Amino acid sequence: MSHDHDGHDHDHDHPHEPIGHDGDPPAAARARALEELLVEKGVITREAVRQGVDWLVSRSPADGSRLVARAWADPEFKERLLSDAREAALEVGLDPGPSPKVVAVENTDDVHHMVVCTLCSCYPRALLGPPPAWYKSLPYRSRAVSEPHAVLAEFGVELDPDVEVHVLDSTADIRYLVIPQRPEGTEGMPEEDLAALVTRDSMIGVARASSPAAAAA
Amino acid sequence: MTLEVGRRVRVSAREHRGHHRTPGYLKGRAGTIQRYQGSFTNPETRAYGDSGLPEQGLYLVRFENGVPIYADIYEHWLEEIG
Repeated sequence: MSHDHDGHDHDHDHPHEPIGHDGDPPAAARARALEELLVEKGVITREAVRQGVDWLVSRSPADGSRLVARAWADPEFKERLLSDAREAALEVGLDPGPSPKVVAVENTDDVHHMVVCTLCSCYPRALLGPPPAWYKSLPYRSRAVSEPHAVLAEFGVELDPDVEVHVLDSTADIRYLVIPQRPEGTEGMPEEDLAALVTRDSMIGVARASSPAAAAA
Repeated sequence: MTLEVGRRVRVSAREHRGHHRTPGYLKGRAGTIQRYQGSFTNPETRAYGDSGLPEQGLYLVRFENGVPIYADIYEHWLEEIG
C-alpha cells in the first residue's frame, strides 16, 4: 500500500507516530476520558461534541461588540437590550441560544459593573466566545468579590470615589454582559467604528471601552 | 414563594453535600431582592441526571458589606427576614 503525502509516494516502511496528547494538562485528559465514556455509553456522539466545540469557538467578543455599538447608537435598542438581551441579540442576527439566559447591565456615571463567577467560569460565551484564562483563575474569582477596587486598578481602571462598583457573581443560570460607557469624542461615529472600541474586557467590566485616539494608535 | 423587589432575605447557612450553586461566602448573609430572573431547573438534582424539576425561582440579590455584591440565588436557599 502506498499513499501520497508531501507530494511524493512512499511505502509504509517506517513507523508513524500516533497522534498523542503529550503536554495536555491533567484536566484535558480527564475531559477526554469522560467524553470517551459518554460516547461509548451512547449518551452523546462525537459529532455532537465537535459541533458544540465549533459553535463555541466561532463566537467571539466581536459579537458582543456589535450589540454594544448598536446600543450606543440607538437608545431604543439599548432599552430592548437591557430588558431582553436575547431578543435584542436576535434582532442583530446573533443567536445567544435559549439557555443560559443573558442579561445586559449598563455602566453609567454612577455605577460600574464587573462580572465574575466565583464558583467556576460562567461567562456569556454565546456573545463573547470562550472566557480568558484569568477570568477562570482562582485569584480573579476570589479577589473580584473581596477587593474589586484593587482588581480594577490592576486592570488599569481608576474610578471616581462616588462611582459605586457592583460586582455581579454569576452563580446560576444568568450570564451577564456589561454595556460599557460610550467614550467621549465618538458622537456621530458609525456603528462599525464604535464596535472597534468595545473590547472584551470592557464587556466583562474590568476595563473601559477604548477611546477613539487609543484605538487609532 | 414570590419575593417582591426590596424584600429583605437571608441566604440559608445550611450545609449541602454535592453540587449546588450557592456560594459559601454568601451563606448566612442578608441581602435585598433586586430582580426576579425567572424559574429554572434545580442544578442540585439536575447535576445527577434528574430532570431538575420542579423549577426553582431565581432571584438577583444585593448583598452589602462594603462593595455591593449581586448574586443569583435560588428561592429554596432564601429565607425571608422580618
